[in-house]
Amino acid sequence: MINIKNIKKSYGDITAVDDITIHVRKGQLFGLIGPDGAGKTSLFRMLTSLLIPDEGSAVIMGYDTVKDYRKVRNILGYMPERFSLYMDLSVEENLNFFATVFNTTIEENYHLIKDIYKVLEPFKDRRAGDLSGGMKQKLALCCALIHKPEVLLLDEPTTGVDPVSRKEFWEMLKSLQTKGFTTFVSTPFLDDAELCDEVALIQDGKILDMDSPQNIAKKYPHKLWSISASNNYKLLRAIGNYEKKKSAFAFGNSVHLATANEVEIEEIQNYLKSIIDYDFEIKPIEPNIEDAFMELMKEE
Amino acid sequence: MEKETVIEVKNLTKAYGAFKAVNDISFEVYKGEIFGFLGANGAGKTTAIKMLTGIITSTSGDGSVAGYNINKQRDKLKENIGYMSQKFSLYEDLTLMENVEFYGGIYGLSKKQIIDKATLMLDRLHMNHIKDTLISDIPLGWKQKIAFSVAIIHDPKIVFLDEPTSGVDPITRRQFWDLIYQAVEDGITVFVTTHYMDEAEYCDRISMMVDGEIYAIGSLQYLLNKYDSKTMDEVFIKIARG
Repeated sequence: MINIKNIKKSYGDITAVDDITIHVRKGQLFGLIGPDGAGKTSLFRMLTSLLIPDEGSAVIMGYDTVKDYRKVRNILGYMPERFSLYMDLSVEENLNFFATVFNTTIEENYHLIKDIYKVLEPFKDRRAGDLSGGMKQKLALCCALIHKPEVLLLDEPTTGVDPVSRKEFWEMLKSLQTKGFTTFVSTPFLDDAELCDEVALIQDGKILDMDSPQNIAKKYPHKLWSISASNNYKLLRAIGNYEKKKSAFAFGNSVHLATANEVEIEEIQNYLKSIIDYDFEIKPIEPNIEDAFMELMKEE
Repeated sequence: MEKETVIEVKNLTKAYGAFKAVNDISFEVYKGEIFGFLGANGAGKTTAIKMLTGIITSTSGDGSVAGYNINKQRDKLKENIGYMSQKFSLYEDLTLMENVEFYGGIYGLSKKQIIDKATLMLDRLHMNHIKDTLISDIPLGWKQKIAFSVAIIHDPKIVFLDEPTSGVDPITRRQFWDLIYQAVEDGITVFVTTHYMDEAEYCDRISMMVDGEIYAIGSLQYLLNKYDSKTMDEVFIKIARG
């Protein structure tokens, strides 16, 4: 559905996208996961024909994003990183505008947006600029869907959005998937990654790994432990000098400690007891995608 | 012994016409705390922060921040707090050092104080090698660390951090929190908003705004127990979904 091949883009001395190859299959929910500045938006702008690659190519449903850009623009539903609706138009006027630009009507494709639009409908006369963050995102998604695109390209749709609206947004993407949409979505939130069929982890314009989120977590090379105590900051400092430590990172209310695979729980318990005088709990855990991402970043 | 308060607000309200963006909130933040200020989009967090930082006055209710009245001593208040967000932090077309000099000057530090502070800061951040680099050429995560250090260059009693780590990679995000802990050890109180729930768990106390009101407030353990949850993410969703 989407074939990105050895694509490259530089701005002066800075290589924003460095030889990236990605294949997205029909019906997939594919996540491009990485921090700001990793090159996500540059890649999106090349896919949407708004930016011309220096090298390589991107082909969407057989259409090249440079040669066949008109065709490409018709089959894409694009939600840019920055809120791109008309703030002075009402909810309904925005939707109508996007439908008209693509020679269609709200009525014709209403079935596609119905589930999402119904929460907006009570506010259809409100100016888009007066909507809350979560509502703006829902409207932007409706506007991207209204011309019945084949492929959805969503650039950081959940940035700046609270955890509940973020969860709702991902539920919407899952439900669109059942309607047959192919979705390519970027996010800096690693927990979002677990909801995708396949993800590419990206940093400094390069792909660190590309696989299903389950497989990426499985490839994590160390044994992982979760340790919690009353003061995790102190705990983290205490663990800092542990010679069997591969890495140690705070994870909310606990600390994730990575060790070599042969290290046993008693060994860590004994070590900790010898250096700290407060209670702690330790248990083995399965790595998540954030553990994996940080490990891959360290290897780079 | 009574705890020293750095923020104290009573019945604080901000109305825009009939709409109460902030509706009768009262709470305290204690010296040396990391206070997490959470809420859904549109719950009133930004309006509340604007009142706490002296940018707007309240419609009713009152309070003090860093010892200054939030309505009557707004200029004094602004001089005695630190503030940073992802949106507003550093000047992109000035170098790191120029930003430090600029902000140091704004906060009334002497030339010598600025140099001393800068030396300490560049050392702590391991950024001596980029002190003459334009901010626009520095990666986001580093920028946010610099912005935080600049926001506390005048040793304020309290620093307000508005989504400081949005979009920052997971390792740098944790390094940023190390800086927060260091600031706390230096006696600075931290008031922080975030959409990362693991970061909310690093706070000593957390408040949760819903529809202009403070719906829940307390330590992580208190909130987890009260809402029968295992993580702050769960608490947030239970509260915000009602």
